[in-house]
Amino acid sequence: MQIYLPIAEMSVNVFLLLGMGGMVGFLSGLFGVGGGFLMTPLLIFIGVPPAVAVGTEANQIVASSVSGVLAHWRRGNVDIKMGLVLLVGGIAGSTIGVVVFVFLRELGQIDLVISLSYVAFLGTIGTLMLYESLRAMRRRKAATGQRRKLHQHTWVHGLPLKMRFRRSKLYISALMPLAVGFVVGVLAAIMGVGGGFVMVPAMIYLLGMPTSVVIGTSLFQIIFVTANVTFLQAYANQTVDVVLALLLLSGAVIGAQFGAKAGARLRGEQLRGLLALMVLAVCGKLFFDLLTTPIDLYSLGIAR
Amino acid sequence: MKWRAATVACMAGFAFAFAAPARGEPLVWDLSSDLVAITTGFAGTEVLLFGAVDEPGDVVVIVRGPERPAVLHRKSRVLGIWVNAATMTFERVPSFYAVTSSRNLDLVADRRVRARHEMGVEYLRLDLPPAKASPNLALEWRNGLVRNFARSGLYPHGVGRVTFLGDRLFHTRIKLPANVPTGIYQVQVFSLRGGRVVSGVTRSLTVSKIGTEADIFDFAYRHSALYGLIAIALALMAGWLAHMAFRKA
Repeated sequence: MQIYLPIAEMSVNVFLLLGMGGMVGFLSGLFGVGGGFLMTPLLIFIGVPPAVAVGTEANQIVASSVSGVLAHWRRGNVDIKMGLVLLVGGIAGSTIGVVVFVFLRELGQIDLVISLSYVAFLGTIGTLMLYESLRAMRRRKAATGQRRKLHQHTWVHGLPLKMRFRRSKLYISALMPLAVGFVVGVLAAIMGVGGGFVMVPAMIYLLGMPTSVVIGTSLFQIIFVTANVTFLQAYANQTVDVVLALLLLSGAVIGAQFGAKAGARLRGEQLRGLLALMVLAVCGKLFFDLLTTPIDLYSLGIAR
Repeated sequence: MKWRAATVACMAGFAFAFAAPARGEPLVWDLSSDLVAITTGFAGTEVLLFGAVDEPGDVVVIVRGPERPAVLHRKSRVLGIWVNAATMTFERVPSFYAVTSSRNLDLVADRRVRARHEMGVEYLRLDLPPAKASPNLALEWRNGLVRNFARSGLYPHGVGRVTFLGDRLFHTRIKLPANVPTGIYQVQVFSLRGGRVVSGVTRSLTVSKIGTEADIFDFAYRHSALYGLIAIALALMAGWLAHMAFRKA
């Protein structure tokens, strides 16, 4: 059954979209990530214009983050104060990101920048995660009972504008979460992702937040950042396709439930290892595409 | 089979209605529909073109989509990575171009005639401003542009067939793909004899989004801010519904 997508201006099989939503939803439920970093490249792969893929994916992530955050909210795993500080940085970052996006699109370099950002971020994070999970697996075998310090003091703690975050049991400079929020906001706008895969490690390793509140808080602020991106992309570029977003969403919601169930059977470091491999696979594919000679040196751009 | 029946019915009615006046007119033709509606289930369509000539000869049909500027990028290798390194803008490019002919175009008319009437994609006038590119470079860009349109199905490969029933009556099908651009199309029908154009009649065909798709598209462009807010509201609602639906499970 074909459906005509009004903004992407193309006709696609409904079941293909539901299937893609379901598959990415399954993986995101399994690994506890948003899945934007998989869905956006997939959409581009089936022929959705990159700009529409990015705008629409932001819209879909709003929905999946809402359904995710509600579960964490009920368990009290959202640090609202931290979320708001991250959000201030995130709104600024995503607004600037959309402006940069428009500029690059007119230059004809947006596809390259999207691909390069994916390669850089997925490559770095995938490698770090794989290394970390392999080490965790080895340590589990060695079974040493060394206890880590609650948190270490680094140069980060010397920055001014200190704030107390009760939920996260932290007393740190507000500049750090502001900066993290800003960087993730730029990524959200340019890459069409929620940015959870950057935000979560940054919260754990840079801010030193306890793992229990990390996912809830990251989802909380992703809702607002992706909502901002959705609005700006719709307003400035008309690249948000609600029909496409709703179809992907319906598949993703169902897939995520099965994914979460499957995830409960695996150990944390195994999950992270698998996620790392998947992230590296996407990264490798995109990198390979940048290096291989294109079928046609000429390609159509956006006419003004 | 449905098409065959429709064709025969149209042709029969047409032959009956125009048989007498056709003697005076060198070329008459019509379309099965002069409006192509893009609706929710749109997956491409065919429009039937049928007509009559007063004396045996060749018929060439050219369908052109609305002209628009087209931006073309050329990639080159920078530090091992393929990057869009050069950009050219063609001012007037038909957004769709298809030809059907009763015989191989080379047999129908010579180069001069074909060039004048732009019969065949190789004779399409797609010129870059001469100041911007030397002739052989301009040709490379032009071919790149045509290849891109061909790949997206908007300049269909090859030449379709115009079929004659007897000497006078002809019909052909205009195939429009799923990604066909909207706007006013020009359908040109040429009647040729001995390599010369004896008659040409041009008529327009409208391709337009109709119904929900059109409404969503218009709304997104006319009330962009409100569209953005509605998109967010829908997503918030969908997320909440999903949470409620699976809470018990």
